[in-house]
Amino acid sequence: MAKSLFDKIWEAHVVKAAPGGLDIVYIDRHLIHEVTSPQAFDELEARALPLFRPARILATADHNVPTRRQHLPIEEPLSRSQVDTLTANCAKYGVELYGLGHSRQGIVHVIGPELGLTLPGTTIVCGDSHTSTHGAFGAVAFGIGTSQVAQVMATQCLLLSRPKRMRISVDGELRPGVTAKDLILYVISQLGTGRATGYFVEYAGSAVRALSMEGRMTVCNMSIEMGARGGLIAPDETTFAYVKGRPYAPKEAAWDQAVAYWKTLFSDEDTVFDAEHRFDAAAIAPMITYGTNPGMGIALNGHIPSEVPASEAESFDKSLQYMGFQRGESLLGKEINYVFIGSCTNSRIEDLRAVAAYVQGKQKAGHVEAIIVPGSKQVEQQARAEGLDKILADAGFELREPGCSACLAMNEDKIPAGAYCVATSNRNFEGRQGPGSRTLLASPLVAAITAVQGRIVDITQYLN
Amino acid sequence: MEKFQTLYSAAVPLPLENIDTDQIIPARFLKATTREGFGENLFRDWRYHADGTPKPDFVLNDASYAGQILLAGKNFGCGSSREHAAWALYDAGFRVVISSYFADIFRGNALNTGLLPLQVTEAELARLFALAEKDGDTQFVVNLPEQTLHVPATGDSFHFDIDAYKKECLINGYDDIDYLVSQKPAIETYEQNRTWTW
Repeated sequence: MAKSLFDKIWEAHVVKAAPGGLDIVYIDRHLIHEVTSPQAFDELEARALPLFRPARILATADHNVPTRRQHLPIEEPLSRSQVDTLTANCAKYGVELYGLGHSRQGIVHVIGPELGLTLPGTTIVCGDSHTSTHGAFGAVAFGIGTSQVAQVMATQCLLLSRPKRMRISVDGELRPGVTAKDLILYVISQLGTGRATGYFVEYAGSAVRALSMEGRMTVCNMSIEMGARGGLIAPDETTFAYVKGRPYAPKEAAWDQAVAYWKTLFSDEDTVFDAEHRFDAAAIAPMITYGTNPGMGIALNGHIPSEVPASEAESFDKSLQYMGFQRGESLLGKEINYVFIGSCTNSRIEDLRAVAAYVQGKQKAGHVEAIIVPGSKQVEQQARAEGLDKILADAGFELREPGCSACLAMNEDKIPAGAYCVATSNRNFEGRQGPGSRTLLASPLVAAITAVQGRIVDITQYLN
Repeated sequence: MEKFQTLYSAAVPLPLENIDTDQIIPARFLKATTREGFGENLFRDWRYHADGTPKPDFVLNDASYAGQILLAGKNFGCGSSREHAAWALYDAGFRVVISSYFADIFRGNALNTGLLPLQVTEAELARLFALAEKDGDTQFVVNLPEQTLHVPATGDSFHFDIDAYKKECLINGYDDIDYLVSQKPAIETYEQNRTWTW
């Protein structure tokens, strides 16, 4: 029988069927961070349970860390306490920690792939909804809550119902200035913020196949923003070339065996999906969001909808009121105050290169504060090695140290109430970047051009 | 986890769609390392001004509405996986959230917290909103063993679905972790027999 990529991986990880139609699913990799792990360690402690497979866990400090002067103790006492708790728990239970000061510290979804821990055919979980990022490698990767973090710590397994399967195909060629971020913002704008609830999404089609690994990670990262449990892309030569030689990737004969297996990981031709959506890559323009969920996106030169279904009107108008926008309005010409380039969606070296390539020899607008937060120490070092730091500094962009930063504003990096921020992150929820902050999601290229122009423009007229 | 069987309560109506977990509990309040105390910051930025004074037009600050049931628009709990959202609702006294659908991770987190995510149809939700908004004292009866939601004053009665295993867990106060730990021999056998060990 024809099987989907998702089902092949899932079935290879079913330990046994459990009561009520659930499966006990084995987890290959468990990533943890300081915010959603302390209560899980407490649960082990309270139940006197050992950590079952410490070697399958990797920890990093990312959500709550400062992005300046990371060599100094964290100033904010609660943040410091949370990071210290992670350090103590990792030491006590024998978990490898890529904490502050480590040469490979960074956002959990950036360092997993960098280290070669994220491999095709694996199951990966983390107490973070953007764990779907790792699906770019053909892994079944998804976010979990803290109770489940404790379950994986105790048994390396989760009790799960198998989600439905959705395939989203994007065929054709992306136009100049249109990136992976625009592709996924477009898909979410077409499907809406909850359409994939209950599904695991496979992204397919020639436009997806043509993306780099960084681009595929950006796409899979935002699967959760349409409600999907996760998203994945069949591994191919692009995947293998990225993984090969990384610290945790299989070596020599094991590599050849692994690749032979990975080449079997694709959806069989006759696979029937529970839902299918198809899009034309050429129809996608550079995107931006205007509202307070990631489904509220339009082409930069488009207009905010004038009409919405009556049942959605109250939420829609509340959202526009929060953003200070009107129905039917164009965003072109709107002045913006901040540009944030970072987060697990867009903080990889390719993103920084795209920004630097555009801003080289230019200056950001005087009234805009532009910060770039690399996804990891490795990205930061690579950027410096390539001289991107100098280009960015000359253009007035501040290159910070790695962390989740202003994506969720747990640390000091907050956007003030009422200010507009064009952000390369994944969520434009009310107050996400700080109480009262107004977020407009976009690609790194759109963010860079917006920073230089100081206002929202149709970037297709400003490409280098 | 506390047992859940039958609940009699009025409901608090919050007729907004796509309520994300950043609204339920903003990220800046996730710095605690224990599970308790999140209720005071539930819906923090909808409930309070920046200076800490209550916003009078938010439903939790309206004395006409109180209860252990929250009624909310579709796609409740979308966004971040933070279980703190379920803890905050529970800590603030809620035991049931009713919506026409829930985000997957929130649904799981709620069930693992002892908070019942009760899914009804769009039409039923509209009816429930009408009843709760008209009279804040309207009582609702959630009967988990029978899988029914009943409104004694009007005779409205709805059936709801729930996974049979999770239903048993809630009724008996069992956690998944108890079951999984009991399966360790099977898990070890799986580990020994698998082809790929990375």
